[in-house]
Amino acid sequence: MSILVDQKTRVIVQGLTGREGSFHSQQMMDYGTKIVGGVTPGKGGTKHLGVPVFNTVAEAVRETSAHASVIFVPPPFAADAILEAADAGLPLVICITEGIPTLDMVRVAAALENSATRLIGPNCPGVISPGKCKIGIMPGAIHKRGHVGVVSRSGTLTYEAVDQLTRLGIGQSTCIGVGGDPIIGTTFLDAVRMFHDDPETHAIVMIGEIGGDAEETAATFIEKHVKKPVVGFIAGQTAPPGRRMGHAGAIISGGHGTAKEKYAAMRAAGIHTVESPAEIGHTVAKVLAKAKPRMRSRV
Amino acid sequence: MKIHEYQAKAILAKFGVPVPRGEAAFSKEEARAAFERLGTPVAVVKAQIHAGGRGKAGGVKLAKSAEEAAALAERMLGMKLVTRQTGEEGRIVRRLLVEEGLEIARELYLSILVDRGTGAPVFMASVAGGMEIEEVAKERPEAILRETIYPAEGQTAEGFEPYHARKLAFGLGLSGELASTGARFFQSLYRAFVGTDASMLEINPCVVTRDGRMIALDAKVTFDDNALYRHPEFKELRDVGEETPLEVEASKFKLNYIQLDGNVGCMVNGAGLAMATMDIIKLAGGSPANFLDVGGGASEEQVKNAFRILVSDPHVKAVFVNIFGGILRCDVLASGVVNAAKELQFKTPVVVRLEGTNVRQGQEILRSSGLNFAIAQGMKDGAEKAVKLARSAR
Repeated sequence: MSILVDQKTRVIVQGLTGREGSFHSQQMMDYGTKIVGGVTPGKGGTKHLGVPVFNTVAEAVRETSAHASVIFVPPPFAADAILEAADAGLPLVICITEGIPTLDMVRVAAALENSATRLIGPNCPGVISPGKCKIGIMPGAIHKRGHVGVVSRSGTLTYEAVDQLTRLGIGQSTCIGVGGDPIIGTTFLDAVRMFHDDPETHAIVMIGEIGGDAEETAATFIEKHVKKPVVGFIAGQTAPPGRRMGHAGAIISGGHGTAKEKYAAMRAAGIHTVESPAEIGHTVAKVLAKAKPRMRSRV
Repeated sequence: MKIHEYQAKAILAKFGVPVPRGEAAFSKEEARAAFERLGTPVAVVKAQIHAGGRGKAGGVKLAKSAEEAAALAERMLGMKLVTRQTGEEGRIVRRLLVEEGLEIARELYLSILVDRGTGAPVFMASVAGGMEIEEVAKERPEAILRETIYPAEGQTAEGFEPYHARKLAFGLGLSGELASTGARFFQSLYRAFVGTDASMLEINPCVVTRDGRMIALDAKVTFDDNALYRHPEFKELRDVGEETPLEVEASKFKLNYIQLDGNVGCMVNGAGLAMATMDIIKLAGGSPANFLDVGGGASEEQVKNAFRILVSDPHVKAVFVNIFGGILRCDVLASGVVNAAKELQFKTPVVVRLEGTNVRQGQEILRSSGLNFAIAQGMKDGAEKAVKLARSAR
């Protein structure tokens, strides 16, 4: 098992006919993802990459019985695309688009508050359950099916960590890039909760960045509830404090959000922290070796 | 995108936020003329830089005559201002704001920004206006009022309702006529925040004058870069004098580049991996010269320009290229690096670590280029090699 997606997940692509949409849809299809249709307003009734194109998400969902949507539309139209997908009742929406205005996302966040739709992203690499389904832009080949859940704010740094795991023969249950924007749908905490509930995930890797308090919030939950081993890394330990304007940012963060504070919170929660980004894979291997032998044999 | 105080005040005024009368001045003559036009007994001459903490650093002075305003302007223009928010390198003052002096009765703190936690804008206000607001936030968090504004649930388009404004006004202890003045002020301010797609708006202090007016005595506004396409008129507000020349150059090619003080130049794809690369350079005993994210879908041309910018920093003694190809293919990256090296003919040693999409083709391009690239196995090896090369070059 895995979280969020599996072999049966039927996916539509919003922005299928665009350059990015076409390229990555082909990659997803090659990986084995069930892409069942696309949405490009005005191109309804045509076919692209061998699947039907629809004018609206509602129509696409009705005709293809899709479960999930992945969004590649340009930033000015992306918030609207997310809202349209939620309106069509899709349970899972993954928004890859980078550069959506923050106030657009404020509207989206408010609209999704009481909706059944789970949003991943925006500005994220997507979700992959290796060997089953890839919805996003990550290179499929570096992944391996297994039992480590990976959650991260960044794209390429996730690939780096996954590659280290795979080279050591450690597979992944699901890898989620939650995205780097100030307002995102699924948070670190949400992802950790899902991995905690997933019987096939035996260990969790958390790759954070400086800024915000998503890692601290997840750490608090882990301390209270999670028995599975967790390995954590924070990028930006050596980033100099940015040149800033005003005090508002500092007040709202309450002085939190530095790498030092995030590491302290993770350590206090019993998370195995890694200071070198080159040691993520090895640390997972060590932690798994220490875990129950029964577990190890299944990883 | 950051703008100057005088630009911020001009924008706020358009949204009905009361600001002091004033003029920007770029020379001592302009400062003198500005004082004369204001016609007030006292004027304030304020250094315009993209950072706070100017008062304590000597960037805000009172002038009681046109002569004094001119003399202050002469002293301030060209001066290097080092404040708590500029970093050690400080900023050169190139612009001034000359504005009317006001009789101040009270100073308040006001700011609006989007809170990651709630995913909505939060309006913060405090009676503890002035420079020590961060201390106040730490020691007495209850002294800062916070109103979270969820969009468009009520009668106003912005979601900022009259009751939000009243809560803030009465929370700040404003009473009588002043409470309504305050409420109007807050509403205009919120309208400006939403109307300009600001990511941060801070009025510190917002003053109540002896004659009962409420005025934004200072203004700091940062715009959301992602929303600039909706406000093409903001383009001309950019002051490239506030950025380092290499950062300006990088922005022309849509490269995310921040200059630092080390000697290992780095070129990485993705912000997270770029930060992790800086971390691992430090762990290897070196020091990064920059943060550079070439982005997910960089073209060969962008890679070439990124390289040119990296090696034109005289502090760079070695370059570490750390690429995990996803959308950005390793062969595209390698061609860009090779072309840049051939065209620019620089002597700086380069360590390349490639992984991911089309890695073999990429490595082949590097190998067959006839140029001397050190190929690294993994990011640890790459960082160690680059740090060693930078050290021996000194």
